[in-house]
Amino acid sequence: MAKDDVKQAYKLVGTRVLRPDGLDKVTGRARYGADFAMPGMLYGAVARSPHAHARIVSIDASKALALDGVKAVVTRADLPEGLTGEDWNLQENAMAGEVALYDGHAVAAVAATSALLAKDAARLIEVDYEVLPHVTDVDEAMKPDAPVIRPGAADHTVPDGMPPNVVKYFEFGRGDVEAGFAQADLVRERTYRTEATHQGYIEPQACVGQLGSDGKGEMWVTTQGQWYVRKMCADLLGLGVAQLRVTPSEIGGGFGGKTTVFMEPLSLALSRKAGGRPVKLVMDRAEVLRATGPTASASMDVKIGMKADGTMTAARAEFRMQGGAFPGSPVNEALECAFAPYKLAAVEHIGYDVLANRPKAAAYRAPGAPMGAFAAESLIDEMARELGLDPIELRLLNVVEEGDRSSYGPKFKRIGLREVLEATKVHPNFSVPLGPNQGRGVATGFWFNYNGDTSVSMAIAEDGTAQVAVGTPDIGGGRASIGLMVAETLGVPYEAVRINVVETGALGINEPTHGSRATFATGKAAVLATEQATREMCRRAAADWGIDPDAVEWVEGAAQPAGPNAGKFPPMSIAEIAGNMSNTGGPIAGHWEGVPRGVGASFGTHVADVEVDPETGRVTVLRYLVVQDAGRAIQPDYVEGQYQGGAVQGIGWALNEGYVYGADGRLQNAGFLDYRIPVASDLPMIDTVIVEVPNPGHPFGVRGVGETGITPPLPAIANAVAAATGVRLADLPMNPPRVLAAIRSRMDD
Amino acid sequence: MIEVNLWSGLRHVTGGATVVEVEGATVGAVLDALVAAHPGLAPFIEAGVSLAVDGEIITGDRFAEVPDGAEVFLMQRLKGG
Repeated sequence: MAKDDVKQAYKLVGTRVLRPDGLDKVTGRARYGADFAMPGMLYGAVARSPHAHARIVSIDASKALALDGVKAVVTRADLPEGLTGEDWNLQENAMAGEVALYDGHAVAAVAATSALLAKDAARLIEVDYEVLPHVTDVDEAMKPDAPVIRPGAADHTVPDGMPPNVVKYFEFGRGDVEAGFAQADLVRERTYRTEATHQGYIEPQACVGQLGSDGKGEMWVTTQGQWYVRKMCADLLGLGVAQLRVTPSEIGGGFGGKTTVFMEPLSLALSRKAGGRPVKLVMDRAEVLRATGPTASASMDVKIGMKADGTMTAARAEFRMQGGAFPGSPVNEALECAFAPYKLAAVEHIGYDVLANRPKAAAYRAPGAPMGAFAAESLIDEMARELGLDPIELRLLNVVEEGDRSSYGPKFKRIGLREVLEATKVHPNFSVPLGPNQGRGVATGFWFNYNGDTSVSMAIAEDGTAQVAVGTPDIGGGRASIGLMVAETLGVPYEAVRINVVETGALGINEPTHGSRATFATGKAAVLATEQATREMCRRAAADWGIDPDAVEWVEGAAQPAGPNAGKFPPMSIAEIAGNMSNTGGPIAGHWEGVPRGVGASFGTHVADVEVDPETGRVTVLRYLVVQDAGRAIQPDYVEGQYQGGAVQGIGWALNEGYVYGADGRLQNAGFLDYRIPVASDLPMIDTVIVEVPNPGHPFGVRGVGETGITPPLPAIANAVAAATGVRLADLPMNPPRVLAAIRSRMDD
Repeated sequence: MIEVNLWSGLRHVTGGATVVEVEGATVGAVLDALVAAHPGLAPFIEAGVSLAVDGEIITGDRFAEVPDGAEVFLMQRLKGG
């Protein structure tokens, strides 16, 4: 798509319309995963390993099955054998086979006539374990004497001689890094660590599964991707994919954590064993934290060379991440994003994906990028301070722009990092004077954004309103933004368009709402589908007028002759055409299926002002600024909400959140009292600036905004804490004991 | 001819090369030609890759055009949250 094709003037796009789900949510009418119920429904519960690593010697469910009202128990023996690759990983994670691989790993599940009875029955399932040595720390897991979690699990990427828990190895870069360091006036190398954090969605996993002996089933589930759930459940249970129909509920947050399955296949397995009665499974918060996917923990070495004026001459990153007892930590993405904001002639990246006795990691908002940014941006900040350079000017000196080669290889298309940095520099927050024990931190972050399999269908109703069937659950404002784009394209009021998130039987396959793709990909597909419908409406008007369809154009909700030579006819409105469609050839609809091209990458810069209490180590965020390139903000309220939400999750990651494992390998803080996410009273209003450098690959210039916002907060807060205290913390979270210890160590020096 | 830039971790299956010249007018043709030239690349490509063509990261479309002389990078397939 040429740049000139990006529309510039709009009636609806860019306006702050009411959210279509607002009334349902404030009145409690919205139906979330746990709200669904069916006649004859059973309730499920899962028995989980209390050990970090243990061989399952035997499972005896006789006492559970003896309870009146218990209808089925399933173990791994009830699931098909012979799966390979990621299907095997998902199945093994859903239900342990020979070995329980982490604290909380499912070992059996039960269905009963009440939730209470199911939980009681789960407790009566007797599992005989042989406890094995465990390891939960990524650096410990790479040591030669570490317990081997899954012998032979390394794939083709791992060179000979690596520690056995390394299952994937990454290496990429360009240029002569050592020569680059030799050209530098200042070279620094540091090690940083981040702990695993959970997406922290408010709504726990919940589903109702029903599967008959005929192999046909249904599921109602909270998910970011109903087609992913369908395919994964079908593969794990040996079903025909199309025989399973999956309907997504309203979703109470996902942030990547609901792009996969955990206990969902177990509800179907229980249903099949209970004669086809539907089975409801709802996790409690402890199960969510112990047994769904957090992100990885990381240990990261970074080395950067810089000229005295701040020009970066070379950079090197070596990252180690554990993503639980299965491959899939986002180490490659972390590496690709770490130096993406900067022009570098020489850069080297090395990564290790490592197994540990923890739950299987899932995607979490810009997977890997926040950790990579923490390492790279912390060191850049330290070096800028050492050289006496302004953090924004240093970034502008090295900024990537259109045509520059990215740190991960390809050249950038049109991007807006320079515009973001310029907007940051002039924001009032950047010049607020700071007091004692206060500090300001700046950091930049990047995310690729994504397209993916997309299928959309829209149809014109009899009164000229429109319905659009989309496959991407609305977790960030998709219904509003897609509704605005369709209404803009049709030339009708926003309220005349209804966006329906539909079940798997209604459309071709769709990837989940992930990769910041819904407003870009589903939105672009919806616009293209709508244009198909407007072409059909033009054709019908042309037939009525007796002129060539090519001589008719769609303008502001009506077909009209394209010019004076086409003939003189009054515009025919969408209501007029729709009202008569049953007499002019039947339904009018449009659809689009494919992988939309033209993804636009996004950059953001954050400025954090903090105050550190030198007596307690508590960090208070005084003010916080997010500046990010949206390409085009279709509904600015939602874009600002995405910016604020990303910042808040990142602030939590920086200051408080983190999985705490005991010496026994068990999770110590499996609840929101001990796993402390930020709440509104912890934070100031997050200030936002929407920069709009339109993406030429989207009809309205959309880039995707959901993920970039979580990439800068970790280093922005760390840099602010360093400025406030004079001591740099390289390990997250920067909770009060750690900050206090760092302050005291500086005083001891 | 298309020059495909590989990630350096693939050197051990390409005889040390990180840039490989192949014929191919589509993403699929380029990927197939890479495997034909260096069969050791097969498991890496089967595991999921994207091809960046003149700066656009293309995933899931073997029929996407690769213009002659385009700048092409083989990349690991992305995950998103």
